[in-house]
Amino acid sequence: MTLPEANVGVSHSLRVARRPRQRVKHRVGLEGILRRVLLALVGVGLMLFLVYPLYRALVRSLQDRSGTFVGLENYIEYFSTPATSISFQNSLYISVVSTVITVVLAFIYAYALTRTTIAGRGILRAVALLPMFIPSLVQALAFIYMFGNNGFITRLLGVNIGLYGKVGIIMSEVFYAFPHALIILSTALALADSRLYEAAESLRTSSRRAFWTITLPGVRYALLSAAFVAFTLALTDFGAPKVVGGDYAVLATDIYTRVMGQQDFEMGATISTILLVPAVLVFVLDRIVQRRQVALVTSNIVPQGPKPHGRLVQMLITVSCVAVAGFILVVYGTVIVGAFTRFWPYNLEPTLRNFTFDIVGVQRRGGALVILWNSVQMAGMTALFGTIAVFVSAYLIEKSRGMSTARSILYLLCVVPLAVPGMVKGLSYIFAFNDPANPLYILYGTMLLLSISTIMHYFTVPFLTAMTALKQLDPEFESIGESLDAPFYRTFWRVTIPVALPSILSIAMYFFLNAMVTLSAIVFLFVPGKEVASLAVMLLDDAGESAQAMAMSLLIVLVGFTARGLFHLATRGVERRTQAWKVR
Amino acid sequence: MNSEQKSPENPYLRIAHITKTFKDLTAVNDVSLDVRKGELVTLLGPSGCGKTTLLRIVAGLEVQDEGEIHQNGVDISRLPPRQRDFGIVFQSYALFPNLTAFRNIAYGLENRKLHRDKIHARVRELMGLIGLPDVGGKYPAQLSGGQQQRIALARALATSPGLLLLDEPLSALDARVRVSLRIEIKDLQRQVGVTTLFVTHDQEEALVMADRIVVMNKGRIEQVGTPEEIYRQPANPFVADFIGVMNFLPARAADDPRRVSCASMDLECAEPHGYPPRSPLTLAVRPEDLRVGPEVQGQGNRASAHLQHVEFLGSFYRLTLGIPGLEKAHLVAEVPITAVRDTDVREGMEMEIQFPPEFLRLYPHQPELSA
Repeated sequence: MTLPEANVGVSHSLRVARRPRQRVKHRVGLEGILRRVLLALVGVGLMLFLVYPLYRALVRSLQDRSGTFVGLENYIEYFSTPATSISFQNSLYISVVSTVITVVLAFIYAYALTRTTIAGRGILRAVALLPMFIPSLVQALAFIYMFGNNGFITRLLGVNIGLYGKVGIIMSEVFYAFPHALIILSTALALADSRLYEAAESLRTSSRRAFWTITLPGVRYALLSAAFVAFTLALTDFGAPKVVGGDYAVLATDIYTRVMGQQDFEMGATISTILLVPAVLVFVLDRIVQRRQVALVTSNIVPQGPKPHGRLVQMLITVSCVAVAGFILVVYGTVIVGAFTRFWPYNLEPTLRNFTFDIVGVQRRGGALVILWNSVQMAGMTALFGTIAVFVSAYLIEKSRGMSTARSILYLLCVVPLAVPGMVKGLSYIFAFNDPANPLYILYGTMLLLSISTIMHYFTVPFLTAMTALKQLDPEFESIGESLDAPFYRTFWRVTIPVALPSILSIAMYFFLNAMVTLSAIVFLFVPGKEVASLAVMLLDDAGESAQAMAMSLLIVLVGFTARGLFHLATRGVERRTQAWKVR
Repeated sequence: MNSEQKSPENPYLRIAHITKTFKDLTAVNDVSLDVRKGELVTLLGPSGCGKTTLLRIVAGLEVQDEGEIHQNGVDISRLPPRQRDFGIVFQSYALFPNLTAFRNIAYGLENRKLHRDKIHARVRELMGLIGLPDVGGKYPAQLSGGQQQRIALARALATSPGLLLLDEPLSALDARVRVSLRIEIKDLQRQVGVTTLFVTHDQEEALVMADRIVVMNKGRIEQVGTPEEIYRQPANPFVADFIGVMNFLPARAADDPRRVSCASMDLECAEPHGYPPRSPLTLAVRPEDLRVGPEVQGQGNRASAHLQHVEFLGSFYRLTLGIPGLEKAHLVAEVPITAVRDTDVREGMEMEIQFPPEFLRLYPHQPELSA
């Protein structure tokens, strides 16, 4: 059938002339420019404070002391000298062993919290999270008080477990990583679908078989994730090996000794790069696993709540949980007692003397309160700038139209920090910023650089939190805003921020707490006269003042608890004001 | 297909040769459409046909690869959304959860820096218009789906935009609410007189609401017309199949330009069909157009059919019929109970049916439709 001629003529005259094939682009208004500028700023920030320093470290590892390029010579030297390459093997060994122990303990504990009806689960959960509040070297100190040659448990039992070395490091790393693994596992266990269990029960499946065929497979990705986290924490931790490692060298302490002891920056850079390799490897594996895990969780599940178990199982679980929780409390107790004791274990007279910090150095700089205040300031700056940086970056990356290549590159740069160990980051900052040729040299030796280093060190987790929160917002909010003639920053301010405020607060909290206890990210960057508390703990321990180190740790814990309490109140207040819409 | 609508006056919205490709998928393929002022046009099609993409291009939320859009005589092809003049409602409501219903409606007015009293008056007016004068202080989570969608509609209309874009606004709602709200939206649209593009995959919604329906498939426009035109004279088998129910039978053009043969039947058409003799065709007829019962007696185009299955649906019967020589094809007929009140309707019986010439439609042979 052909169209009548006349029709074709009419429609032709109405035709808008066809333009040559050329992609249409929207005009870029002021807003578009602003968005682009902000995205570019995010990119510049990440290049300056993440990529560039790492690049400098990498370059340095390929040079000799005079600065000439020597290729892989430093790496060959490291691996061909048994006395040095032992730190690589040691690191892998303690990381693997502590990962296995951590995951097993955390799984039992998480199972108890989410699936069993044992009493006091709320208290057990609170106790399990306590290790997050203290710098990682403090538990090592406590272990010395407990299991060291003069430790009270050593004396009590008459058994010396040989704490100094790998035993002590592994114990500390397990203690350190336990709450992190616990959070991942209990989240996953809480998400299991009860209908699977009901189906199994209707098929007369034994509870043992249900455990092996439903429970474990259901959390397999979480188990991997928990293992990766535990491995990375143990691999990159500096505090505990420093205190309790003795002659047992690991990569992190090796870097420290090379740089601070021997001023051998090239070898420090080399070992940093070596440390980076397994860390990045684990990071990549974790990203792959995470992606699968997301696919596993569907939105409409009926969660499997706590269920009573057989008496024997219940008892075994209770015993192991109480043992773990009891152990954590004893460690905390030891820190408290140690902080208030004149000279452990010879003179157990209670005293406040340890809080005067009357050794040379600390006192001269204004005493404990000044140091603590430095810490609070640093942590406050980290929380403030870190939260802004993280949330704005996540917003621009998630809620912009177009520019998809730029956005995916920025996304990648935002998750990479998780793979970079704190020691490596700290050292790379020396290379990048302790260089008068760099215009940002003015930052060197300032609190601000400590903050930036800490922000970059802890960037990834809050970034992913922010992304999750933003993804939960209707993607059409921005479209609606635009259709109603509202610039994007107004919708951002009036809708996005209020709705995401609980997430924003928890991001700030995360930054603050970590900034209070971090050591590895700042140990190379501290400024004499402006020590922060976590560093002071290390310096006091170096000076043989364990009791004062514990006293200082206790102050850190107190600040952490206070912040946590304030956070709780703030969240409740905020929820009442801005989340009123949640109430039906 | 005749995708360009001829309209005597200047169209309010002109979509010209819009093409949009995502990676290797052509979502919208050289689509042109004119919409008159005050008209409600639905974009109807299966999911993935490009209707939502086209709507988002009109809004500026997606950028077309090629083509132009003119609104009220102005070329808006390259304008970002904020510089265009439209209100939009999404399937997900997209109400700001932290703002009350009142503040949601006022959101766009506040951006215009209007005086407080004016904003107040306008919001009150709109809330009256949507029939929800008392929910201003409530948050979206405290409202039902239908109420939320009406608030979203009020928000989109608050600034009196020249163009209203509705992206499957009823799809998330309960069936009952959907039916009542589609009438309300239609009334409101007429009252306000706003030119409206309405995306839906629900043919009933499109038939009920639209002044004109644009049927889309695979990024192209299949047919544009009033609901009656689309239903009575589907331009091609896709439209015929997508809108309502249609029987497709394999047929062949006869030597007589007014006749076709289908199995053992020799059927007459109302007008010459224009296909060359003996060319393979697809014959289409709607279930409700087939006739059975006493009234068939003495008419042409009759055939004998085997009654395979009877469904009783209250006001009508749905009959599944087998025709000798067409073993693979079934014919579905819907007959009002009044038509067969005095006739016996039993499964397994033979009955006479009639194909009224005026309701037969012929298309070039479509192997996938006529078995």
